[in-house]
Amino acid sequence: MGAVGRSARQPTRDDGRLLKTVGEQSYLRGGHRHGRRDFLERLLRGLLDAMDHTADAEQLAAGPGVLQRLDPRIKTLGLLTLVVTAVFVKSLVALGGLFAFATALALASRMTLRRLAGQVWTGVLLFTGVLAVPAIFLVPGDALVAVPLLDWTITRQGLRGAAFLVGRAETAATFALLVILTTPWPQVLKALRSLGVPLVLVAILGMTHRYIFVLLENSVQLFEAKRSRVMGPLSGPERRRMAIASVVVLLEKSLHLATEIHLAMIARGYRGEVHLLDEFRTRTRTWDWIALASFLAVAAIAIGWQWLPSIGDRI
Amino acid sequence: MHIPDGYLSPLTCAAAYVVAAPFWFVALRKVKGQLQTRLVPTVAVVSAFSFVIMMFNLPLPGGTTGHAVGLAVAPILLGPWAAMLAISIALFIQALFFGDGGITTFGANCLNMAIVGPWVAYWLYRLISGETPLASKRRVFAAAAAGYIAISVAALLAAVQFGIQPIFFHDAAGAPLYAPYALAITIPAMMIGHLSFAGLAEAVISGGVVAYVQKVDPRLLSLSTPQVAATGGGEAATLPVGWRPTRALWAGLAALLIASPLGLLAAGIAWGEWGVDDFKDAAVPAQIAPASGNVVPPESVPQGMERLSSFWTAPMPDYEPAFMHNEYFGYILSAMVGTGLVVLAVLLLSAVLGGGRAQRAAANP
Repeated sequence: MGAVGRSARQPTRDDGRLLKTVGEQSYLRGGHRHGRRDFLERLLRGLLDAMDHTADAEQLAAGPGVLQRLDPRIKTLGLLTLVVTAVFVKSLVALGGLFAFATALALASRMTLRRLAGQVWTGVLLFTGVLAVPAIFLVPGDALVAVPLLDWTITRQGLRGAAFLVGRAETAATFALLVILTTPWPQVLKALRSLGVPLVLVAILGMTHRYIFVLLENSVQLFEAKRSRVMGPLSGPERRRMAIASVVVLLEKSLHLATEIHLAMIARGYRGEVHLLDEFRTRTRTWDWIALASFLAVAAIAIGWQWLPSIGDRI
Repeated sequence: MHIPDGYLSPLTCAAAYVVAAPFWFVALRKVKGQLQTRLVPTVAVVSAFSFVIMMFNLPLPGGTTGHAVGLAVAPILLGPWAAMLAISIALFIQALFFGDGGITTFGANCLNMAIVGPWVAYWLYRLISGETPLASKRRVFAAAAAGYIAISVAALLAAVQFGIQPIFFHDAAGAPLYAPYALAITIPAMMIGHLSFAGLAEAVISGGVVAYVQKVDPRLLSLSTPQVAATGGGEAATLPVGWRPTRALWAGLAALLIASPLGLLAAGIAWGEWGVDDFKDAAVPAQIAPASGNVVPPESVPQGMERLSSFWTAPMPDYEPAFMHNEYFGYILSAMVGTGLVVLAVLLLSAVLGGGRAQRAAANP
């Protein structure tokens, strides 16, 4: 994804962070924003953030770093295995170890702690952390501390439950982010193909990713055009009508686009058989196999940690 | 609504993938059959469209905004199978590329938002709109109601997925390993938000889009309304009737009825389905406590339960009709009676909502 059109009136990053508290968990700075702020500006900012994330990911994936140098198939398989491992583990110590491993991998791949905090950790903490806090009081179990003035008791089981939830969400999201920030999307798709995902789905995913940005740009242009013609704030019903009209216009544009793409494909000899360009030609190096073995070893140790009673989970 | 990684146990995630897989398989085959060489470009662009509209924030009455998922918009405009594929692919890219929803929970998210939600929306839309003309106001209401109920059903499903985690997945000391709240908390917590803001957003966008499409290009509604001719005036045609179109479904229903005694294999009492007699049995509270996060049930029968237990006596208590002495046949008979009543209710409802179908068919042969 190359450079994309940007709005003349850029939103500030701080606004995005503030709004993140009320959205869903996402790598985007603002998540799904809700609130009472200017509707058009918020919508545009959300669309532009998605484009920003892509440009950012591509830049980082093309740069130097440990994960960037790995074979995409090995890397995707290894990191997805670690995502699943983070969900599997039954020990907080093992979960902490996995989180430390994810952070170390990120640092070795030229990602700063600031980026990780801004893109994953804060967002997950604000979403999952807020969700998990009541559990420390609500889950019945052994009382640890009584909250003064309130008749609430923090339980050991509640604390462990909340820690598991936040720890899993943080660790899995960090590993998942590593996949996308160190691998260009076409290579992720080819890696998925190597892992057995049907060819036709890989082709659809590749095209979907491409046309998401075409449609995002169309949407930005639609809203920019409207904003440039509006003097004052729009009323609630007017804003609703505009959003709904935009959806339908976008659908019509999408269907038209699909027809044009189909005709262009037919004109170039497409008859329903999908072929991927430049399959992996590079041979997997010894270093890649060592990396895969390390990922699998970390996963096996993390899952098996609970059966190590001498150094097991004491929290 | 997008469930992140870590909220659901691996077993729940695997079960969701297993349930979703046949739907994806059939959807891909059906859409491939319909679109032929147009499959790749059309599904790709429509998936991109689904992704983009999920990013739209809709201004709601009261000044706040909600983001619609398009659970009803997609099946109404594209048909249920294409919608299922498009939303699934959009969710995949959201999960992998944008971290919106988990990778392990992708199957569960698809089950809620790409399979159950759109199917509920599609059938509700068809049931409520009946054979009304494409420009009918009833279609706008049908779309709004379909969107509202579909997202509520999807949210309920997610709430159940969250709520069963502490029942089945906790460590030896009782600490929950995944989503920590019981059904009594997850269901109200999810439903309050979705029955208000999210449901309203889905209703507004679904009804609004159908109303707008009716004005600018009613043909777009013909995919979800194959029986109504897309003539702008919306002349009604007769529905395909008879046994053939649905015989596979009826055969499946019959197989399920015959298999219903499998329920007898389940040991113990279903959680939350205790009766007065169960509280009088000393062994039952011992079963309830470990399944309820070690919350010990009351020693005696709760007064309200005792009082209300005599309010209604089921005609076939515990699926065992009094006159039937074989519990397996009793189970099958109960399943037949129950299913028959549901079918009858649906037929009555469709007769009421689709009233005038015969007159219209007669008027427009």
